[in-house]
Amino acid sequence: MAERLVALLLVFAPLSLVSLGGGPSIFAEMQRQAVDVHGWMSAGQFTDLFAISRAAPGPGSLICALVGWQAAGFLGALAGALGLYVPSSCLLLAVGHWWRRRGDSPARRMIERGLAPVAVGLIFAGVYALLQADGAGWLEMVTLALCTIALLRGASPYAVMAVVALLYTGLQQAGAIGS
Amino acid sequence: MPEPDPPQASLPDILRVFTAMGLASFGGGLAGWMHREIVERRRWMSEEGFLAGVALGQVLPGPNSVNLALYIGQQLRGVPGAAMAFIGILGPPFVVILGLALLYSWGTGVAGFAVVLGGVAAAGLANSLATGLRTARRIRDLSSWVVVAVTFITIGLLRWPMIPVVAVLIPASIALAWAGGRARG
Repeated sequence: MAERLVALLLVFAPLSLVSLGGGPSIFAEMQRQAVDVHGWMSAGQFTDLFAISRAAPGPGSLICALVGWQAAGFLGALAGALGLYVPSSCLLLAVGHWWRRRGDSPARRMIERGLAPVAVGLIFAGVYALLQADGAGWLEMVTLALCTIALLRGASPYAVMAVVALLYTGLQQAGAIGS
Repeated sequence: MPEPDPPQASLPDILRVFTAMGLASFGGGLAGWMHREIVERRRWMSEEGFLAGVALGQVLPGPNSVNLALYIGQQLRGVPGAAMAFIGILGPPFVVILGLALLYSWGTGVAGFAVVLGGVAAAGLANSLATGLRTARRIRDLSSWVVVAVTFITIGLLRWPMIPVVAVLIPASIALAWAGGRARG
């Protein structure tokens, strides 16, 4: 048991520091480690865990907790999450501390003005990448467009999510979508 | 341009807001949620400060949304603030996801709600897209628009590796902002 917890930390802590661009960049390696290297689960089980992580609220990277849970129960889930989040968080806090000490200096304002358009481009790129990863069809595209318009007009995101979930559940129950 | 001091965020406030977002953010799109709650509704942070966090969170290793939450918490209240944001954004979803895993281990199919999930994920993405569009509307000068377009095309469409691309784009964009600032000033 203790060995598995250590193994989980050793799998996830390095992934934490190479996970550039967030979760999607490390899913493939996570799967290779969990399925092929350590044999904690089958490929099919990993796919199911991925679906669960998409169904839950919160960051998609929480699949690390599911992998840990499958490998070693509740403590495994904790080990997986701590392994994935703590190393990168320490690095971010170190940089953030330095950044915060700059205060409201003109240099910082200039850097922020320069970062802003890159950040906007990255947001659009992220939406595009996730649409592709989810294999979104026309129905999802229409949903995305309508929800975006609603949000831009000031609709509450809580309400938008609830309406979409109800609508899709209704359509599925009626047999109009899915199988 | 003098701006009024932003309202102070207390540690319990930070924990509460991030817990609510952690529980509501089905299908991702956390950057969109944070922009709405932190910048638009509560005005705890300026638009520029937030976007700097988005860029920083993506450039540094680690999951983007967790990085952004840590950054916001830290800028507001230092390391304790970051800890509150971290616990709020990850704690409740951690419990929910383990509950789902338990259901799964009892043999409940997960394929059934894949369709509903697709729709909810699209709605979650709409949150990010709306944030991108809202912030983009404030961009006035042409050079910034070029940076937005180049970033999206190279990283989104062409799938070039992000780090080398932003390693070039960020200094270039800062230089443009600096030159623009001097031309105006």
